[in-house]
Amino acid sequence: MTAPIIQIRDVSKRYDVGRPALAGLNLEVRAGEALAVLGPSGSGKSTLLNLVAGLDQPSEGGVTVDGVRVDTLSEAALAKYRRERIGMVFQFFNLLDDLTVEDNVLLPAQLAGMPRGKARTRTAELLEHLGIARHARAFPGRLSGGERQRVAVARALMNHPPLLLADEPTGALDTASAADVRELLVELNRTGQTILLVTHDTALAASCAARTIELVDGRIARDIRTAAR
Amino acid sequence: MSALGKVVRAGVGRRRVQTLVMTLTTMMAVTASVLAAGLLVASQAPFDHAFAKQKGAHLTAQFGGAKVTAARLAGTAHAPGVTAAAGPFPVLALRPRPGRNRFGMPADDRLPPMTIVGRATPGGPVDDIDLVAGRWATGPGQIVMNEGGVPFDIGDQMTFPDLPGGPTLTIVGVAKSVGASAEAWVSPAQLAALTAPGRTPAHQMLYRFARAATDAQIAADRAAIAASVPPGAMTGAASYLKIKLAASRTSATFVPFVVAFAVLGLFMSVLVIGIVVSGAVSAATRRIGILKSLGFTPAQVVRAYVAQALIPATVGTVLGVAFGNLLSIPVLGEAEHAYGTGTLTIAPWIDIAVPAAALTAVAATALVPALRAGRLRTVEAIAVGRTPRAGRGRAIRRLLGRLPLPRPVSLGLATPFSRPARSATIAAAVALGTIGVTFGVGLAMSLSDIQDGLNRRTPGAVVVLAVPPPGTGAPQAADPTAIAEKIRAQPGTRRFFRTGQTRVGVAGLAEATTVIAFRGDSSWGSYQMVSGSWFSGPGQAVVPSGFLNATGTHIGDTVTLTGDGRAAPVRIVGEALDLHEEGMTVLTDDASLAGLGVPVAPESIQFAVDLRPGTDAQAYLNSLNAALRPLGVSAQANSGEVSGVVVAMDTLAAMLTLMLVAVAGLGVLNTVVLDTRERVHDLGVLKALGMSPRQTVTMVITSVAGIGLLAGALGAPIGVALHDRVLPAMGRAAGTRFPAADIAVYDVRVLVPLVLGGLVLATAGALLPAGWAARTRTATALRTE
Ligand SMILES: Nc1ncnc2c1ncn2[C@@H]1O[C@H](COP(=O)(O)OP(=O)(O)O)[C@@H](O)[C@H]1O
Ligand SMILES: [Mg+2]
Repeated sequence: MTAPIIQIRDVSKRYDVGRPALAGLNLEVRAGEALAVLGPSGSGKSTLLNLVAGLDQPSEGGVTVDGVRVDTLSEAALAKYRRERIGMVFQFFNLLDDLTVEDNVLLPAQLAGMPRGKARTRTAELLEHLGIARHARAFPGRLSGGERQRVAVARALMNHPPLLLADEPTGALDTASAADVRELLVELNRTGQTILLVTHDTALAASCAARTIELVDGRIARDIRTAAR
Repeated sequence: MSALGKVVRAGVGRRRVQTLVMTLTTMMAVTASVLAAGLLVASQAPFDHAFAKQKGAHLTAQFGGAKVTAARLAGTAHAPGVTAAAGPFPVLALRPRPGRNRFGMPADDRLPPMTIVGRATPGGPVDDIDLVAGRWATGPGQIVMNEGGVPFDIGDQMTFPDLPGGPTLTIVGVAKSVGASAEAWVSPAQLAALTAPGRTPAHQMLYRFARAATDAQIAADRAAIAASVPPGAMTGAASYLKIKLAASRTSATFVPFVVAFAVLGLFMSVLVIGIVVSGAVSAATRRIGILKSLGFTPAQVVRAYVAQALIPATVGTVLGVAFGNLLSIPVLGEAEHAYGTGTLTIAPWIDIAVPAAALTAVAATALVPALRAGRLRTVEAIAVGRTPRAGRGRAIRRLLGRLPLPRPVSLGLATPFSRPARSATIAAAVALGTIGVTFGVGLAMSLSDIQDGLNRRTPGAVVVLAVPPPGTGAPQAADPTAIAEKIRAQPGTRRFFRTGQTRVGVAGLAEATTVIAFRGDSSWGSYQMVSGSWFSGPGQAVVPSGFLNATGTHIGDTVTLTGDGRAAPVRIVGEALDLHEEGMTVLTDDASLAGLGVPVAPESIQFAVDLRPGTDAQAYLNSLNAALRPLGVSAQANSGEVSGVVVAMDTLAAMLTLMLVAVAGLGVLNTVVLDTRERVHDLGVLKALGMSPRQTVTMVITSVAGIGLLAGALGAPIGVALHDRVLPAMGRAAGTRFPAADIAVYDVRVLVPLVLGGLVLATAGALLPAGWAARTRTATALRTE
């Protein structure tokens, strides 16, 4: 058994108004695991992901990722943490429209100060691997949704993060593109990539993840391990 | 309309930074404009007012008493262009001696020639003189003095021992002729009694003309009068414009640079208001679309945006009027000394006209983007924000991405290219700020150089006056030769020369003028030269610009000094910087005056002493004073004067510069805030990818740094050019030219920081939003889609 890469202890998150988005959550994810977080809209899925990414702080409890107490880090340390340990994929891609595909993918490496040659090689490798090498010089606006999400995945993987976070990665895609992205994630997990996947698409959860939790009103309603595929 | 009102109010309330920036910009522009217009008007006002009230003479003309009859002169009242005339009055130039008087003028001292006019009454169709104190001179032995001349008080006496019977006159009144038609008045009968046997008094005629606004018009009027009398009958004529210029000189000198600041401020406010309103429109494109889909008419949208600009602009305008009036108090205070008239204030109509003009400019400026908002197609407007904007400057972005620069830097450098119009406006704001600073700094440096130049009229570390200090009992000036010997004998004396003053006539000039006669080698302590060189021997003279202007002479010309019926020609070899006595002083070697019977006044003699290097000035003074004590005189350290006018100018320029810089900085701040707000989503993405706060700040700051540098490089030379125009204009207002060295104050050590100042200004303006960008909550930022 490997050590947990994500450890969430008694985490609650309250926004200014209304009921808590997360209430006393406990969760462990092991390295190499692919965990899907299911749940209806507003159940706290994105909130959970944001806490793991250090984009937000819990009101109570602690979040440890890869041995790092994420909730206590300074802004600068958080930036370093995000560069080195996580990659993020969003529903709406969040590519920078003014940069080419290549430049988008290069960004995390450039922010981390990776040597230029090495970063270029890595980019070429990723674009090739994800089947978007021919779009390297294109701007994201020209690409289809599925292609854009591939670019986003390539960007997320740039710095070899131990943990890949994906928030509704197929939420804005048509069925064919969604299937495309689903296969990509399955493939990544098979090569050992730990994935935390937020979705309300049960099919995506079922095909990608060996383990699925379901959030309802900020609590874990179900925690299901499917048989290893 | 209430829905519209709500939209406007929400718009003003939500954009606090923009609202503040608009308020401050308008305030700065209005402050400077009120001040400039106020000074311009106020500097003329007291003279114009008093002159109009007295129906002052546009031309005060003199005619030879034997060359034309009084009747013929009375006929000149019908010469072409003349609207009113008074006279002829008999006039004499006499040199009285003070009699019993309250100011302690020595009784055997001959006063300079005094123009005395015989007039039965102070009133008349022209030059309706005001009696300030006492009564008019109607009987024998009575005289009325013009205010501001020789200090005689009512009851004092003056004597004319050279005239038969040695008449004595008693001052019975003090009057004020704004046009300065005479220095004193007596009754016509008294004037006849003052006329030496065998002489005829000259005639004085006072004219008002239909056209008398410019020197050229006055010259034409004067020619018309001269043509209507026998040739050569008119012996002299003085234009009121010269007196007016002298009266408004101090505050007129402020006008050129305050106008420069007002213009800069005006440009700046138009620019900033343009930035702010068009920024508000582009930030609210979606909102406008929604408003229109709800049924707002284009006109309502336009009105909403113009109102959003007008509300803060009105606040700024009110504050600007208040500040302008407040600032005018010390400035006009300086001017008041020059007039001796009552308190000057900003003319009320300026307090109405300037705000009206400013608000019109704001409304017009805001109208352009507001119309754009009104024309916006609803569908497009709502769609904005959904589809990615067609990015501009992508090629440059890619190019910069290839450069070996840290990514945040290259991202920042590329930002200006995606919004060229907005970048251009930031650049313009920074450039205007840089122009202001460059101009302000140069102005201060030039003023300080000019002040130093003016102080060179008293050179040397030590000054010795030939008159005993007041209250020491010794009434007589000491023997200058004895003083010179003591100075020469004093160890530590390196060199010295002496100066003395007297008054001489100058051929072609109506009034006598002061000559400063130098004895000894004065080349080390010369005045600052505008052009030409210091005199190097007898027969040469140096004169200030004012003298050249008044006499129409140039360097190389010879002028004839007259005194006691004799003449001494001197050649003008140099133009010096000097503002004393309207710049009419003649500087020459003592020997140049040898032929004239006008020795320097003993009490005007003073010595300028230069010390050997390393001499302790205090010890020198102590020891020299011990040596001088038997002579009853003392030496003093030479402390340069600091003119109150220069201090007032420096203060004012500094305040206006600061305001301009503050507004430029705020303009940048506002634009970067807008930009950051628009890019908040991209910033969130970058942070999610691991951009650190420091990298974010670096990126935002480099996004304006390039612009700042460029604008600085552009603004600094324009500021220099502005300075190089405004200073000569100030000089003209002050009646002088300035030495080129006092204007050429910018060198590399000054220019480099000024150019970099644009960078600093832009960076300072971007700092706040940069910090804000770094702190943006990423989770929130990413939710906005
Ligand atoms: N920044 C925020 N401020 C206030 N409430 C928020 C914020 N983010 C999320 N919430 C609320 O927290 C709850 C959970 O939201 P979220 O985690 O986005 O749900 P999900 O991703 O499962 O749809 C919702 O009720 C949402 O309205
Ligand atoms: Mg969500």
